[in-house]
Amino acid sequence: MQSSDPNQNQGDSRRNFLKKSTIIAAVALTPSAAVKAAENGVDERFAELFEKIPLNLTVNNKAYTASVEPRVTLLDLLREELHLTGTKKGCDHGQCGACTVHVDGIRVNSCLSLAVTNEGKKITTIEGLAEGDELHPMQKAFIKHDGFQCGYCTPGQIMSAVACIKEGHANSRAEIREYMSGNICRCGAYPNIVDAIVEVKEGGAKL
Amino acid sequence: MENLFFKDDNDRVDGIFKVTGKAKYFAEYELPGLTYGVLVTSTVTKGKITSLDTKAAEKAPGVIAVVSHLNKPSAPLYEQEGGSPMKIFYTNQVFYNGQPIAIVVANTFERATYAASLVKATYEKEDFNTDFEKALADPKAKKLQGQPNYKRGIENAYKTADVQVEQRYVLPIETHNPMELHGIIADWKPADRVTVYAKTQGVKATQNTIANVFKIPAENIQVNSEFVGGGFGMALRTWPLEIATVMASKHIGKPVKLVITRMQMFTMVGNRPAAIQKVGLGATKEGKLTGITHTAFGESSVYENFTEGVVNMAKFMYQCDNVNTAYTIVPVDLGVPIWMRGPGEATGAFALESAIDEMAHALDMDPLDFRIMNDPETDQQRNKPFSSKNIKEAYKLGAEKIGWSNRKNKPGSLVEGPWQTGYGVSVGVFNANRGKASVKGILKADGSLVLQSATSDIGPGTGTGMTLIANKLMDIPVNKITFELGDSSLPPAPSQGGSATLSTIGSAVNDVCLSLKSTIAELAANSNMDATSNFVDVLRKNNLPSIEVTKESQAGKERDNYSMYSFSIHFVQVKVNNLTGVVKVSKIVSVGDSGKIISPKTARSQMIGGAVGGIGMALTEEAVIDHRFGRYINNNFADYHVPVHADVPQIDVIFIDKPDPIINPMGAKGMGEIALIGFSAAVANAVFNATGKRIRTLPITPDKILAG
Repeated sequence: MQSSDPNQNQGDSRRNFLKKSTIIAAVALTPSAAVKAAENGVDERFAELFEKIPLNLTVNNKAYTASVEPRVTLLDLLREELHLTGTKKGCDHGQCGACTVHVDGIRVNSCLSLAVTNEGKKITTIEGLAEGDELHPMQKAFIKHDGFQCGYCTPGQIMSAVACIKEGHANSRAEIREYMSGNICRCGAYPNIVDAIVEVKEGGAKL
Repeated sequence: MENLFFKDDNDRVDGIFKVTGKAKYFAEYELPGLTYGVLVTSTVTKGKITSLDTKAAEKAPGVIAVVSHLNKPSAPLYEQEGGSPMKIFYTNQVFYNGQPIAIVVANTFERATYAASLVKATYEKEDFNTDFEKALADPKAKKLQGQPNYKRGIENAYKTADVQVEQRYVLPIETHNPMELHGIIADWKPADRVTVYAKTQGVKATQNTIANVFKIPAENIQVNSEFVGGGFGMALRTWPLEIATVMASKHIGKPVKLVITRMQMFTMVGNRPAAIQKVGLGATKEGKLTGITHTAFGESSVYENFTEGVVNMAKFMYQCDNVNTAYTIVPVDLGVPIWMRGPGEATGAFALESAIDEMAHALDMDPLDFRIMNDPETDQQRNKPFSSKNIKEAYKLGAEKIGWSNRKNKPGSLVEGPWQTGYGVSVGVFNANRGKASVKGILKADGSLVLQSATSDIGPGTGTGMTLIANKLMDIPVNKITFELGDSSLPPAPSQGGSATLSTIGSAVNDVCLSLKSTIAELAANSNMDATSNFVDVLRKNNLPSIEVTKESQAGKERDNYSMYSFSIHFVQVKVNNLTGVVKVSKIVSVGDSGKIISPKTARSQMIGGAVGGIGMALTEEAVIDHRFGRYINNNFADYHVPVHADVPQIDVIFIDKPDPIINPMGAKGMGEIALIGFSAAVANAVFNATGKRIRTLPITPDKILAG
């Protein structure tokens, strides 16, 4: 039952799809009963039973077991199910970077990653960056250089900034600007963000 | 909020929350039984909804209700005839493409999104026009006066001057698009008690709007908005989508959360309206201005009128005996605009400050010298002295910093390979305001001070500024001071807009602190303590856990004798590639003349942010509409280009930092608007200096450079 094709989820085609998948997947149920239910218009209620997929992942060193619909993004899973709202929704199209998290150490737009594709993966969000009360050097540098105003893009900027240095893409201001350009800040804190990254890079702390 | 980890008195008091993900924005509150709303929007631009089929959506998994004009709950204000605000769900009329026509509520966001796709509407379509320029050219199209005509001296005196400039300047629609998506959580409880978590620049304004629409007492409505992910003006009103969500909650009796999409951020929460302006300037051969005429046309909507201060600056910024202005709004079939940072003044300043540069060029004068020559000593519009104005000093400091002496007056003089370098300057100006606000102060025997006011912080650092004011007056360390805001139950304050928050709320903080100090002094005297005793000792000696005071504060009459403005000077160096037409802003110096700077770090950030916004306005931002369908075609961040890291150089900010003697006890004037006002003209002027090409239509994209 892997259909991320949005066309499969429209009106009648969804209903037909469900009939087929019901026959294939519902071993324990009487297929004819399920099909009959679908024809009677209660198929959408049945969908709930079949559409959730088990998911195991680690977020900020904590193991989570969830049951999610395949259409749920990693971003919405974090925010709405796990209540880790530090990761922000800015566009849902991978165009702004506010939702940046680390997946197995790589920066990823969590709005473009379906939650179920993260089985067994290690996710780090802004909530997992500090060591207890001791802020991560990048968090400290953002405060020192005032690398934000409203603060909404900040978690994404910080997650991206940490990755930018780890990737080896912070060797000059120009390079930092280029490799941070996927993270939009509408308040315009860019020069301060670059200052913060330069300081952390030059400070040489282990990230 | 608590202050943690304080290392530097200048750091933002809520910085720790913002860098750890602990800052909670409206959509991040957990309420028991929370449901998710998703809007269904019109697919035609103008007409009537003739049918709305919601059956399939209602049957979809997890759906609780579909609320529309067919089944909306009671909203007494909308049941009345007439009135201009759009009465969402109380009309079947469609005024623009993408207008909300229903809200689907389900138990998850995904289910609501899917179900919203199942709602089918049919329409009786009507002819429409979304093309502002077409409406302007059409003599039959409706036009409204946006501001009374202004005349000083002779009308259109520029036409008889020795040296004349007369040009037309065009600005497209620009959108606010703060990073946080708009929306609201509404929780309508029995006995008409409503709690909302809002994205608003004014918790009291949101409270009052909801009270008015539903005709329930304001005190029944609790508005929470502690952290706001940017506004830039778009959160200065309560939008129909917010009322729709309150209606949905009232209808189902559960809390409903609506977060609109980025695409919807372009259509239903306002914009900086398109504008077409004509500026005529006349001057003597020696360079004295003898006539200014500024005529502006601004886009508006058919269902609500929108006006702003497009032609204000022309009336007082330069010494000139003959000035006339006119401002007209032109309704089109689009969502109504709203003030966007710098509002109309930023629109007007692009035209006026470009024209000033054109005049300097016509006179073969340095544009800085030309401005200094025509700098007024008093405000000729109001016939009053300026409360403070240090603009000549600002010109000098900025010019030194950017290296203005490297500029050649002859355009196209600085060439290196395909890159041409140019320098530009412009001025920004905005009213220095002070409104009325109340603040409560609670001084505690544990050495702490809590200040409370129903103001907002959309990003400038309101809490930080207020904390620093109290810190200076009370000599209490910043980590012992807490400023609470974003809660409608706190003492009333106006909305955060018009660069007035620090001036208005800060004055009330000042008054509260002075009052607390005098109470402590009295208590000290009464208990035979030294007048300089620490307040903690005084409170303890008097067995008082705390004392509190609430003060309402507003300007006195003296201000009426003065003209009060904040000023900015923007210096820009650009590099223009004459093969590709690409413009890179390579250096920026912004000088703020806005009185005393209370919070240097956040003030600098605000100036930087204005410059970044100005880069977007000048070079990249343009909302494009396909007028055949009345729809935005670039309503996303991939196609509508806001500045990114790679577009922004290091920015130098200089503050004059001299207290204004009149405006308020701190001597601080606002600076949120001036940070952006005029900036786009500095870029256009620099592009002209680099290339000799005068681009009068924003944004200055490569095609225009190559064609120019």
